[in-house]
Parts: sequence; C-alpha cells; structure tokens
Amino acid sequence: MLVKFSAGVIALFLLSGNAFAQGAAKLTDPQIAHIAYTAGVLDIEAGKQALAKSKNKEVRAFAENMVRDHSAVNDQALALVKKLNVTPADNDTSRSLTKQAAAKRAELAKLKGAAFDKAYVANEVAYHKTVNGALETLLIPSASNAELKSLLQTGLKIFQGHQQHAEHIASTLK
Amino acid sequence: MNPGWTFSVAFALAGAMSVPVHAATIQVTIDKLVYTPAEVTAKVGDTIEWINKDILAHTATAKAGDKWNVVIAPAKTGRLVLKQAGTVDYFCQYHPNMKGRIVVTP
Repeated sequence: MLVKFSAGVIALFLLSGNAFAQGAAKLTDPQIAHIAYTAGVLDIEAGKQALAKSKNKEVRAFAENMVRDHSAVNDQALALVKKLNVTPADNDTSRSLTKQAAAKRAELAKLKGAAFDKAYVANEVAYHKTVNGALETLLIPSASNAELKSLLQTGLKIFQGHQQHAEHIASTLK
Repeated sequence: MNPGWTFSVAFALAGAMSVPVHAATIQVTIDKLVYTPAEVTAKVGDTIEWINKDILAHTATAKAGDKWNVVIAPAKTGRLVLKQAGTVDYFCQYHPNMKGRIVVTP
C-alpha cells in the first residue's frame, strides 16, 4: 500500500479540545492505524498508572483488563500493518490524544486512594466514549482496507464492553 | 515386551474407559465477546468446551455452585467436566458483560 500523508488533517482540535474534531482532509489508513494504536497505548499507560496507585480490587481488576485487552488488540494491529506493509503515520489526532493523556496522567498522579479511583474510572468512561465515538463515526467509515476496517470493528465491540464495565464500576464508587 | 507390563496397561485402560460411558462434549463458541449458544443443557459427567475465536483471553466463571473458573486463551479451547447438577450462570471475569448458562441434569 502506498503511504500517503495528507497534511493538516485536523486544524480545529486544539481549539475545541476534542482530538477527533473533524477537519476537511480524509484520514488515510496509515494515519487511522496510528490513531487506533496510540489510543490503545495511552489506555495501557493509564491502566499501569492505576495498578501502581490503586488498592481497590475492582479498579485493579479493570485496569488489568485494560492492559491485557489493549495489548492484545495492539498486537493484532501491529501484525496487520506488517502484513499490509503499512507504516503507521503520526498525525495531529495522535499527537493531540497523547498530549491530552499526558495532562490527565499528571492530574491523576496528584490524587490518592478513593479520589484517584473515582477520577481514573471517570476518565476511563469518558475516554472510551470518545474513542468509541471516533471509531464509529470517523475511523471505521474512513478505513479503506477491509482487514483494517474489520479489526477496528472488533476493537469497537471490545471497547464498548470496556465502557460499560467502567460505567458499572463508576456507579459503585459513588 | 514384558507380558506383565502389557497386561497391567490393558487392565488400567479398561478400568479408565469403563467410567464415563455416556459422557458427551458440548461446544460453546466465543466470538466477538458473545457465548453461543448462551444457554446449554448437559448432564453430570459431560464436558463443556469453550472455543475462543476472539483475539482476547476470556474466562467462563461460575457465579454459584462449585464455582469453577476456566481461563480460555485467545484462539484456544477451554474444557470443563461438569460435576454437579443444577443451573449455573457463568460470566467472563475480564468482560463481565459476557453471560452464559449451563443447565446440568443428574
């Protein structure tokens, strides 16, 4: 597959704060792969932070699930881009997601105990909501390659489960 | 070959085979985080086989009864021999939305 960079994918996201705010240019498969992979890595990092900080059994089990599942999905994504001979292309959406996640991680680092648990789980709900929405409305419809599309659809199904799981835990932490 | 050895192996095999005569294997497929069929009926001594087609690890974890827990790695099959009669609801510990049921008759 030919790797084609489309410049200035998303111009508005910095103002709106939504990494997935749509710009004029259509995302390419290498960019979509990069965004999906990055979103997974960021949630793995969030899970590792929770495992380092939380003592809540349910929260820890959830964080372990996030690390396990997102690693499994990302392993598949890596295998697929290798098979398709695609080099994931860094882009504004990936950079914006990374920047926002770093800010959230720093914010969570200051919290302890129940306050941390609540904030981590609330962010997991919000994060999965954002990523799932982007998968549904932007990344899956934009994907050209059938195998990439299929992996994203599988990912969506998995991450919807994560969102519901996070919502359930959030309701018990209140 | 030592005839005594052959005899004792044959004896052991015959002994092992005489126990679960009618035992069946019932298959449940896991695909995209769903157990299919969601409910199966089996007898004590039957084996449940969960065939995991997902890229994720799953479990089949009983909520009650003898509280069995089977971990099923991605693209692998997990097995459980049913030991107790009764209706058992089970779920995936990693994905609590996933739910299944086994009705075990004596």
